[in-house]
Formats: sequence, C-alpha cells, structure tokens
Amino acid sequence: MADITEARKGVVARILEGEGKASREQRKAAFDNAGLSEPLRTLIEKVAKSARTVTDQDVAAVRAAALSEDQIFELVVCGAVGQAMRQHERGLAALAAAAERV
Amino acid sequence: MRLAVLDKGHSFGAKLMFGMIRLFSGQRVVDAVKLVMYRPEFYGNPMKRITHEAMRGPSAWSVGDRELMAAYVSKVNGTEFCIKAHSAVAGRAYQDDARVSATLADLDTAPISEPLRATLAMLGKLARENTVDAGDMRAVLAAGASRAQVEDALAVALAFNVTDRLADAFNFAVPGPEAFASGAKFLLARGYR
Repeated sequence: MADITEARKGVVARILEGEGKASREQRKAAFDNAGLSEPLRTLIEKVAKSARTVTDQDVAAVRAAALSEDQIFELVVCGAVGQAMRQHERGLAALAAAAERV
Repeated sequence: MRLAVLDKGHSFGAKLMFGMIRLFSGQRVVDAVKLVMYRPEFYGNPMKRITHEAMRGPSAWSVGDRELMAAYVSKVNGTEFCIKAHSAVAGRAYQDDARVSATLADLDTAPISEPLRATLAMLGKLARENTVDAGDMRAVLAAGASRAQVEDALAVALAFNVTDRLADAFNFAVPGPEAFASGAKFLLARGYR
C-alpha cells in the first residue's frame, strides 16, 4: 500500500508553518477557508469549492488589495491543499466507519 | 497562467532546465511544471512526495488504474489540463486509449473491472460533494476493492483535488496533443519526483 502519511504532514507543516511572504495567520485562514476578509474571502472560497469559476477579476481584486503575487500564490496553495485535505480526511473516516461494520 | 511570477519568475536554474526540456522534447514547458518549479521549497517539492507515492508507490492498483483515477477526478472537477494530461498517461500505461475515453464518457458502461468502477464512482462523489459516507465506502468494498486499495485511491484523489484546484485557479494553458503525449512518456518513465 502507498504510504503518504509523512508526506501529507510535510506539505501541511511547510505551507502553514514554514517561511512565507503571507503571514502564518493568513495562510492558516486560507487553509481553513474561514475568517478571511474580502476580496480574499471570495477568491479562496472559489478555490476551495469551485476553482474552475475563478476569474482574472478575482485575482486582480486581491492584487489591488495590496497582496503581492507571491502572497497570492501561497494563499491559493493553502486554500487548495486545505480543502483537498478535508476531503481526504472525510474519505478516510467513511472508510474506517464502513470497515468496522463489514 | 494568472500570476506572472508562475510564468516568468523562476530561478536561473529552473529557467535553464525549461530550456533543456524544450530542446530535448521539442515542447514548451507546460504550466504544471512551471507551478511545481516556482519556489519549489514551498509547494512543489513537498507536494511531489505525496503525488509520486500515490501514483507510483506500492499499490494493488496498476499505474494505468491510478492515472485513470487522476483523469476521472479531474473530469469531475472540470479541469481540462489535468483531464487531458492524465488521460494521455493512462492510455499509454494501458496501451488502450479507448478504455480511458469510454470511462470518462460513461462510467457505468466502461470496460473496466467492478472494483475500479465502484472506486471511481466514490472518488467522483468525494470530488463533487466534498464528502462521502460509510454507505458509499461499503459499496466500494462490496464491489471487491480492498481497504488498502480504497486508501490508495483516496491518496490519488488527494493529489488531484489539490492539483486540479491550482490548475483552475492559476488558469493553466491547455497545449495540443503532442505536448500531452510527450508529457505522458516522461511521467511513465520518471514519475512525479
């Protein structure tokens, strides 16, 4: 079986706790898709829930709110990884629940 | 590419590598490579460890099966770049492009095994609805997938639920079929490291 346990922890630790251009608080908020203010809130909500609907305007609005491209890069990565990790955890929890009753 | 830094902001070493890739493959470097090569210590390098283990690590699923899962999850997410990229890899791994296109066109009638069909359906629901329940998982296990296979499939989905979001958020350019054929050859030979 493939084992991604350590690699998973490594990604989360690096993007949330490692050096970055965006603050750790902001990276965590993007990862959780919670507690962000506009226009970043809209961009990260779309990244998490419907990334294909992100527009140039969504990104331009965040840039106009004085975020650098490096900060936007980091926060979008955090938003994407956060949502995918939650999906993964829900999948594993459902599997554990199913396996108990098999 | 929506951020200029992801398009042109790479280190000298990365730019040199892009030039070599272009020289040897005859193809421009695709945006997926540009993303993982931008400040790779932040995202690309740690993420590659997940993706490589999920796609090429030990598993009862074949490489073709896992590439098909990547293509299928990308189809549900609506991410054109990743659908095309991983359809090409799956087709090459299986030596059967028709099986891949049939699966993406209609999962119910696709010429694939029942455990794989049930697994893809579950991964599709997870991508679409952001969650699955124990009943969904019991259906996959009842179709003959082992618990380890389901965990392996969830690892593939994790990698592509991240990658698809980034491909769409950063608006990856979608190149022609030659670029995906060249990429598929590379990914089968070298994996995601």
